Amino acid sequence: MNRITLLSVCMSVALLVYILEMVRRRRLREEYSILWLFGSLVILILSVKRDWLARLSFSAGIAYPPSFLFLVGILFILLILIHFSIAISKLHQMNKRMAQELALLKESAEKGEGGGTLQP
Amino acid sequence: MLVAIPAYREERSIGAVVAAIQHKFSYDVLVVNDGSPDGTSAAARHAGAIVLDLPCNLGIGGAVQTAFLYAMNGGYDALVRIDGDGQHEIDDIPSVLKPILDEHADAVIGSRFLGEKEYRISIPRIFGIHFFRLLVGLFTGYRVTDPTSGFFAINRRLIEFYSYHYPSDYPEVDAYILMHRLGARTVEVPVRMHARAEGKSSITTFDALYYMVKVTLSFLINAIRRFG
Repeated sequence: MNRITLLSVCMSVALLVYILEMVRRRRLREEYSILWLFGSLVILILSVKRDWLARLSFSAGIAYPPSFLFLVGILFILLILIHFSIAISKLHQMNKRMAQELALLKESAEKGEGGGTLQP
Repeated sequence: MLVAIPAYREERSIGAVVAAIQHKFSYDVLVVNDGSPDGTSAAARHAGAIVLDLPCNLGIGGAVQTAFLYAMNGGYDALVRIDGDGQHEIDDIPSVLKPILDEHADAVIGSRFLGEKEYRISIPRIFGIHFFRLLVGLFTGYRVTDPTSGFFAINRRLIEFYSYHYPSDYPEVDAYILMHRLGARTVEVPVRMHARAEGKSSITTFDALYYMVKVTLSFLINAIRRFG
């Protein structure tokens, strides 16, 4: 095992352990961890099986394997960012609804009529 | 009958608007305070309006939608929305409501360009208005003169629909495609507009450009979206 392989194995294992630990401590939700776990597993596999990377790269028509690695990395980051945009949009929608319901509830509480009657 | 007024930082004008409506008509007046840090809420309460205080600033569409939710829960059959800065002429409220009460329309939009008075508007605004007229006409067949008007009335059917589907910001142009998808009957009536009593419109060139792009995008998306 040469030094670069050792380095990338260590880094991807550290990433994997860190993500799992965050999920275990409930600092990261399972649904958001899937992409990260998947990503760090891919890095780990490609670090150990460097000939796989070369073969994948050539079959994609890319002569220089590291370029293929960059491509995969960039696509992965892109995917995660889109995932976040979707999650933020969902949170935005929920936040809006909650603010609206809160305003309605406050008003009806001030009137002394108890809770609102909103349907979901 | 509910008159809904979304308000953000309108403490100097909102009281007079609420008082004027209550003096002239027997409508319920609802002010949705969109998280204003100033005395908007207190001024509206003092004038006798029902006040909904949003805990944070949702933007105009989110604030107006809160009024739709209130109208839906309260069983109102019609809602008129006006601005809180005194630009819309209170005396025009009955004429905006009339086609709804006569059941001739689901939505009535007040247009400042249908009356006799000439309005001086800036070149970019003229461009924007023509662009949105074209967009609305092309995709909905509605012939509108004032596509960005915030002075309108809607009936129960639209109150219920908008309670679930209403754009977050710059909702007026977007609303046309929603109404078109619903098969709603719309009509424009002439209304008068006053110059702003307080402050100046703070729209910059960049805002205007963003507005055009955002509205066009969400308009087109709404044309192909599914509404559950």
